[in-house]
Amino acid sequence: MASIDIQDIRKSFGAFSVLHGVDLTIRDGEFIVLVGPSGCGKSTLLRMIAGLEDVTSGDIRIDGKRVNDLAPKDRDIAMVFQSYALYPHMSVADNMSYSLKLRRTAKEKIASAVGGAAAKLGLDPLLERRPRALSGGQRQRVAMGRAIVRQPKAFLFDEPLSNLDARLREQMRAEIKKLHGDLHATSIYVTHDQIEAMTLADRIVAMHAGVVQQVGTPLDLYDRPANLFVAGFIGSPGMNFFEGRYLVSGDHADLRLANGVTLPVPRRAGIESGATATLGIRPEHVVLDAHGALEAKVDLIEPTGFGIIMHVSIHDVPMKIFTLDRAMLDPGPAVRVDLPQERLHLFGTQGQRVE
Amino acid sequence: MRSKPFLTVAHRLAILAYIVVALFPLFWLLKVSVTPNDLLYSEGVRMWPSRATFEHYTFVIAHSAFPTFFKNSLIVAGSTAVAVTILASLAGYALSRFRFRAKYWIVALMLITQMFPLVMLVAPIFKMLSPLGLTNSLTGLIIVYTAFNVPFATFLMQSFFDGIPKDLEEAAMIDGATQFVAFRQIILPLTLPGIAATLGFVFTAAWSELLFALMLISGNDAATFPVGLLTFVSKFSVDFGQMMAAGILALIPACLFFLLIQRYLVQGLTAGAVKG
Ligand SMILES: Nc1ncnc2c1ncn2[C@@H]1O[C@H](COP(=O)(O)OP(=O)(O)OP(=O)(O)O)[C@@H](O)[C@H]1O
Ligand SMILES: [Mg+2]
Repeated sequence: MASIDIQDIRKSFGAFSVLHGVDLTIRDGEFIVLVGPSGCGKSTLLRMIAGLEDVTSGDIRIDGKRVNDLAPKDRDIAMVFQSYALYPHMSVADNMSYSLKLRRTAKEKIASAVGGAAAKLGLDPLLERRPRALSGGQRQRVAMGRAIVRQPKAFLFDEPLSNLDARLREQMRAEIKKLHGDLHATSIYVTHDQIEAMTLADRIVAMHAGVVQQVGTPLDLYDRPANLFVAGFIGSPGMNFFEGRYLVSGDHADLRLANGVTLPVPRRAGIESGATATLGIRPEHVVLDAHGALEAKVDLIEPTGFGIIMHVSIHDVPMKIFTLDRAMLDPGPAVRVDLPQERLHLFGTQGQRVE
Repeated sequence: MRSKPFLTVAHRLAILAYIVVALFPLFWLLKVSVTPNDLLYSEGVRMWPSRATFEHYTFVIAHSAFPTFFKNSLIVAGSTAVAVTILASLAGYALSRFRFRAKYWIVALMLITQMFPLVMLVAPIFKMLSPLGLTNSLTGLIIVYTAFNVPFATFLMQSFFDGIPKDLEEAAMIDGATQFVAFRQIILPLTLPGIAATLGFVFTAAWSELLFALMLISGNDAATFPVGLLTFVSKFSVDFGQMMAAGILALIPACLFFLLIQRYLVQGLTAGAVKG
């Protein structure tokens, strides 16, 4: 196991710049999840750590040793590909033992390592099969097995579960978490899936357009998103935003929307009166209250089984509400809501969080 | 789905008709090769002679230069096939996997070589080979055939490599292989169908090539079999029986060769490599 230290990493493909200076320190045994929209450079960063992509500038250190110019084979890192990338002409056992054979490990050692990994992942009955005779979930397991047999310094996962159906994904997610609990291996995991990110991560790294937006525990990102991007990206259904002008009058403050409506907001030191600002509140934090301060017209009701997503509008500004109250399946044409002050997020002109 | 007997029958008949048309010349080759000389012109058009004989075969094998032609052809076609396949595999892999300067121009040049009618090139090539002592030699033929087959074979192999996901060799490199080991142990085994196709294609092309063989080789010692066939044409007559017998014999290696590689030709080895 090892720590990974990334310093001001940049990457360009020709003139096209993909990563614009990424800094990240990953502690030994930590589970890091990289999230971000498609094309923001997650895979590129992962592949640079693996050595599959040259580093344009900056340093990558594994266990304190600079690895920029080291071939993938000398970095002692395992990677699980989205496509699994199993060797089709080899049996499951051979797939799993290939890395050990390349390192000229003793036969008995290989057998026990493969046996151990197979037992952990329930692959025992499949060891003699070829990959094409496996289901998607089984292939996924073999790919995991191939990574864990040789006890590398770190694991890299590039959307390993995205080809599985929802049920299987849930199951594998739990297994990966359990596996990490057993092995305490330094891991970097790329995903699009919110729940995977929230449940697996020790820390989440949110990326956008080749720049790290925020690094923190899942609850950090949920409770105190550093900027508008993170606020909108983490959480489902996504956060509601109201754009307007932040106005201080006396000892309280308001946000005046373009259509003239004012919403009371907490006073914050980090922003000047008169500046444009964005107010955010998560759908699950909007309070439905018959005596609420605001009237909201109901546009659409989406029952999810677990709860209900209500699409409403406040003076023609759309907003979503998430509630567990079944009575809201038939709320009538309008409801009254409150936006609790302690749940409000305020973002400044540049989209940065203001306290 | 309910099968429609009429369509099935029509389908089979169409295939049968095609096979008959395609194989009829071969049958005629066989028929003439076993027809005794005295019956060849006397019996009219018959599907099978009233009396069959192997005398043409024994004559061709025992008393003509045919075994030499045969041996020469085997050497030339075999060496060419192996040399081209090795070169084309390496070049095709490079074109498929590496980004390098002048790649575009290399591809363009290779395509240009394919644009000229071969007849145009006979004289210059003869001019180049003769000071090197490579005319009238099997080595010369092998070099020329290899040069002419490499471009196409390279594109063929490149398309096979393109069909193999890059993830596979990246996975191998992370597992601890160098690029070359990944090529040899992971990619090459998956390209066997492509290699078999290339071998087969080049072998048959070299086996039946006539133009350069005719122009670069004089005399029987270094003649390949297509050239050798012409020796059955004398000034006054054509010995059809012996010629056909030689033709039938010449088919054997090509058939054997394809029998040997057909296992790889039909194999879809990459199935199951990635998500399914
Ligand atoms: N070999 C390459 N040559 C040129 N551009 C590339 C190359 N590889 C990736 N890119 C570009 O780099 C950017 C980041 O790609 P990357 O694969 O890292 O995105 P990602 O965050 O993993 O996206 P996704 O979530 O869709 O997998 C994209 O705009 C992509 O087009
Ligand atoms: Mg990606």
